[in-house]
Amino acid sequence: MKRKLERRKSFIDWFINSNGATSVAVVFLGFLFGTILVAVVGKNPFNMFKAIFVSMVGQANNKGIWNFRYVGETLAYSIPYVLTGLTMAFACRVGLFNIGGEGQYVIGMTIAQMVALLVPAFPGLWVLCLVLAVIGGAIWGGIVGILKAKFQVSEVVATIMLNYVALYGSRLVSLQLPGATTYKTAALPSQAFLSKMIIPTSNLNISFIIMIGACLLYWFIMEKTKLGFGFRATGLNKDAARCSGINVVKNISLAMAISGAFSGLAGACVLLGGAFTSGRILAAQDNYGFMGIAVALVGNNTALGTFIAGILFGILKESQSLMQNMDIPKEITFIIQGLIVVFIALRSGLELVKQLREKQKVRKEVLAK
Amino acid sequence: MVTDDYAIEMLGITKTFPGIIANDNITLRVKTNEIHALLGENGAGKSTLMSVLFGAYSADSGIIKIHGQAVQIKDPNVATELGIGMVHQHFKLVHNYTVTENIVLGKEPRRSLFARTVNDQKINPKKGNFSIVSLGSAEKKVKSLSDRYGLSVDPKAKIEDITVGMQQRVEILKTLYSDSDIIIFDEPTAVLTPQEIDELMQIILRLKKEGKTIILITHKLKEIKKVADRCSVLRRGKYIGTVNVQDESEEDLATMMVGRPVSFEIEKQKANLGRKMLEVNDLCVNDSLGAEKVKNCSFYVQSGEILGIAGIDGNGQSELLQALSGLTTPESGEILLDGKLINKMSIRERIEDGLGYIPEDRQKYGLVSGMTIAENCVLKDFYGNKYSGKLGTLNFSHMKSNSDALIEQFDIRSGQGSETLAGSLSGGNQQKVIVAREISLSPAVLLVAQPTRGLDVGAIEYIRKRIVEERDKGRAILLISFELDEIMNLCDRIATISKGTIVGTFKAGEVSANEIGLMMAGVKARKEEADEKKA
Repeated sequence: MKRKLERRKSFIDWFINSNGATSVAVVFLGFLFGTILVAVVGKNPFNMFKAIFVSMVGQANNKGIWNFRYVGETLAYSIPYVLTGLTMAFACRVGLFNIGGEGQYVIGMTIAQMVALLVPAFPGLWVLCLVLAVIGGAIWGGIVGILKAKFQVSEVVATIMLNYVALYGSRLVSLQLPGATTYKTAALPSQAFLSKMIIPTSNLNISFIIMIGACLLYWFIMEKTKLGFGFRATGLNKDAARCSGINVVKNISLAMAISGAFSGLAGACVLLGGAFTSGRILAAQDNYGFMGIAVALVGNNTALGTFIAGILFGILKESQSLMQNMDIPKEITFIIQGLIVVFIALRSGLELVKQLREKQKVRKEVLAK
Repeated sequence: MVTDDYAIEMLGITKTFPGIIANDNITLRVKTNEIHALLGENGAGKSTLMSVLFGAYSADSGIIKIHGQAVQIKDPNVATELGIGMVHQHFKLVHNYTVTENIVLGKEPRRSLFARTVNDQKINPKKGNFSIVSLGSAEKKVKSLSDRYGLSVDPKAKIEDITVGMQQRVEILKTLYSDSDIIIFDEPTAVLTPQEIDELMQIILRLKKEGKTIILITHKLKEIKKVADRCSVLRRGKYIGTVNVQDESEEDLATMMVGRPVSFEIEKQKANLGRKMLEVNDLCVNDSLGAEKVKNCSFYVQSGEILGIAGIDGNGQSELLQALSGLTTPESGEILLDGKLINKMSIRERIEDGLGYIPEDRQKYGLVSGMTIAENCVLKDFYGNKYSGKLGTLNFSHMKSNSDALIEQFDIRSGQGSETLAGSLSGGNQQKVIVAREISLSPAVLLVAQPTRGLDVGAIEYIRKRIVEERDKGRAILLISFELDEIMNLCDRIATISKGTIVGTFKAGEVSANEIGLMMAGVKARKEEADEKKA
């Protein structure tokens, strides 16, 4: 009995101290409350899970048919989530709050369609599209970085403003592109599209591999390089970093640029990923940039965590249409996403529990004496 | 006279915080009308014990008796009602209010707008939003209290216009105004000049004569010997004992406080002077709001010596250090590092040219508390070839062996060696990490600010020894400290700073602490540099 108690105690200690375990618990809680909600409105929660299950493994409705298209779509959806998640995570590690993922995403998308439509088509056009989109996103983020570092302009305000500049700027420019109507441009040349892979029936394309490469690059820069060391020091204590000779101004500008580059890439990947045949004239924001904030929060700003959280958000997105087929309102996925973000606040709560437990431990030691 | 009944009895007080036992079964008995010193190093639990008495914390267990009555002190208001007053180390005053306004704050004498007379009785509702604060009577009371205790405070003066010593007297008046008969002084001399300290001691004796009971929290033995009747000693949260001050020498008290014999004197060989490594000429520095904080400041440091800058907090020391280390750009004047002008150089260039800096705020400027010891040890030179791997990566095993060696060499106590987060270390060990890093870079000039603030005696001894060792290796060291004892003990030459200007430079041993104190206060200026003339 006593040993059982001990084991339970050490489990709780492990749980409180592990960021990964906390994230999993938070996701679990989100789903739990989502389930209750579905039941309360009189629908069958089982159908919700079935939809999610299908989008994860591709086992289609009861008939024993496997349709891997669902899996492909899930992974394809997760690409922009992970990339915009990396945007938020990278900035966070350097102590910045980059809400401008959406704007950087729009800039990347706009540049990609300009290149696709204006540059004479050649095999490998898509590479040029991606590269210039990345550069565009980096410049859009870097501007904010320079404003922040040199003139102490709040990056939160600057990025929010630039989101609007990007959206309406994109409309202005895209309306001048060949064949532009109120909602789309002329069809993009076939060389501009990213090639499909593994599951040809879905939109899963090679940008999935590029996205994994981006995660690895993030991890490598942040955890392994000298550049990343400077970034982390700046993020954890700007004053001490500056006092130690680290160029904080340069780091903040550079970090915002790298952060923006991820979202720029996301914009190009969505445009050229197969869901669209022509360039887009945006009427409203796509919200991928904002979802990235949630993804980074759940992923605890690490490369692996952001990847997993991005996949999770991809699953929820793909299961939306499946849910509607099963008479479950698709809005439940947004509610679950929202709940997950709210429950992330539990981290601070666990911090309090940790302090309380330590205090009890000390008190016990005192009494034992 | 000191009687035998107790004004305060704190019996078996235990108070824990996460990770530490601040008070472990402590018993404190203070007799009525005595001056009772509470002695202990930083972190011994003095402030916690007094916060329990004052109601800011509640104890986990233990009993408090005031004049023999067991009481529950839930918050500071209860303490005030019981006649306990506290003079805090950091004054709690509103700067643009007058002395009287500060004293009555929260208990303002009020007069109603609608006061009227009914049946010859004045109906004067005290509470209500439409009452007027009437300060006249309060001013009179403050004046009479000030006269009675010899405080000579002007009740109508604004706080921002009076000296720190006077501000402290306002704090004392606050306790007297609310009729406290037990007054707690928390480290009262930390911010005062030697003259002001003498005056404060007189005031404390006067308060005793007028029948008050005094608790004096301090770690300064001289002050205890001067005024206290009895002294209780705490060490690492435990009660060590209570002694009659008359019967004990300073050394005895120090031994009780630290737990082993301590040497106050630092052994130093004669300075082996070299060329001028750091020279500052007519330096002017503004603070972030544009106020001129350093004015025409000039001095130099030779290799192989320690130059101390003595002064009261807030006389331009921080701004001077920021300009020297490169955190701010000076308005005018020049800073020469080994003859080279460094005014406009970046911080990294200064570090590469041999400028080391142990900052006064170690949490803010010295360490990245979210990083490990290994990472903090290379904060200034991680980009160099020494720690390079392939593709711009860091060589983590070199970093670890570097910090392992420093941990060994500087006796840094940590939970998980090099992998310990700097933020989880104790203050003394954090300072050791900074000192280890700076010394390991072997700088030609080392700026040291408040190196021992908040540390325990063991760590203080160790860090002072390392500083003297660096001097003996031929480094030029600039020491800025608010503790005159530290400056007098460590330095070869002493410069005094007042309102941002150096008012005099002397060889150590040439001037008394008293004289330096007068200069720190700006009362006396001696422009000629005695040692320079001799040389």
